[in-house]
Amino acid sequence: MKDVKILGSGCAKCNLLADAVKAVIAAENINASIEKVEDIQKILTYNVLSLPALVVDGEVRLKGRVPDRAELKDLLTR
Amino acid sequence: MNPEHRNPDLKPLFLTGAAAVAWALVYSNLEFLPDSFLRLTGLDRTTRFGEALYFFIYEAPKVLLLLTAVVFVMGVIHTFVSPDRTRAMLSGRRSGIGNAMAASLGIVTPFCSCSAVPLFIGFLQAGVPLGVTFSFLVSAPMVNEVALALLFGMFGWKVASLYLAMGLIVAVAAGMLIGKLGMERYLEEWVQQLQNSAVSSEFTSEPLRWHHRLREGFNHVREIVGKVWLYIVLGVGLGAGIHGYVPENFMASLMGSHVWWSVPLAVLIGVPMYSNAAGILPVVQALLGKGAALGTVLAFMMSVIALSAPEMIILRKVLKPQLIAAFAGVVATGIMLVGFVFNAVF
Repeated sequence: MKDVKILGSGCAKCNLLADAVKAVIAAENINASIEKVEDIQKILTYNVLSLPALVVDGEVRLKGRVPDRAELKDLLTR
Repeated sequence: MNPEHRNPDLKPLFLTGAAAVAWALVYSNLEFLPDSFLRLTGLDRTTRFGEALYFFIYEAPKVLLLLTAVVFVMGVIHTFVSPDRTRAMLSGRRSGIGNAMAASLGIVTPFCSCSAVPLFIGFLQAGVPLGVTFSFLVSAPMVNEVALALLFGMFGWKVASLYLAMGLIVAVAAGMLIGKLGMERYLEEWVQQLQNSAVSSEFTSEPLRWHHRLREGFNHVREIVGKVWLYIVLGVGLGAGIHGYVPENFMASLMGSHVWWSVPLAVLIGVPMYSNAAGILPVVQALLGKGAALGTVLAFMMSVIALSAPEMIILRKVLKPQLIAAFAGVVATGIMLVGFVFNAVF
């Protein structure tokens, strides 16, 4: 099972990314656990400078933007 | 082999070309729309309503077109400058040159206030000095592409470049001063512990192909222009009303250059206000057209977009009140000086 985390402190783009990730995971039947990380000190441990960020299995795969569906699918299944 | 290498996606390239041609065609024929509209409705520019309407139908598309072009270009530039790259460039820089670099990079680095805290701490962790970090934090929102595009569109290149120069000076001076004051102890304790925690500022940038960069340009347009177009239209509408109905020189008595207290007052009103450049500029233009002094109006605009109550609240998570006060005080003072200089020169 994939461990998917969305880092973001509740900004508009962060929620957009979270919704998009959930939609892709549901549509592609990806076996994954989704967690939203909103605590700033926890977010800092990932060493990201721009939010939102997407972390898959402990690896930061995206930061600072909301990608389109195809790219998101690629990031989640890679 | 990456399928995109065999079959490069040419759509964004064609789209960019077509959009550029359409843009140039519309931009060079801006009078067509208001002219034909007035002719159709039988209105005349000599009437107040007719003049206000003409102003609106001419200005709104012009400003939106300019903004779209600049935002697109900035979207493409953003794919070359990430916050990570900026941090790597600023890491360990000394005061002075570091502040100047931070202020300049603040213009081109993608920045959103929701990332202010991770960016602030990320900079400190990688050994970017506090004052240099502040230069970035002042310049990034204040001297942004939207502000510059709108200033250029409405007042021409002289005002735009003066704003750019003054914005950079305020950012550099404010950052250097905060650095000199040695205010590190006014960071929240947990932030102090993180300072220079030897986080690597190394980064890997994904190699992007041109069609990706162009696509980011379009995304940026959708994101920014999609968000601010309504403010611009409303603002130009308000500006058109003032343009048509408020008598000439009405503002001169309130915001004219001979009224010395107009600059501090404008900054005082502007600091707690929260708006973006897009919302505030059309109002600025209208005020200016009615005799308000350029320095006063620009000081107002700078204080509205550089300092805001919501940003202070976000930064409160990492800064103690003393440092927030110093930050706001130094920047506000700098903006006032800019206002006075402008008023004295123009």
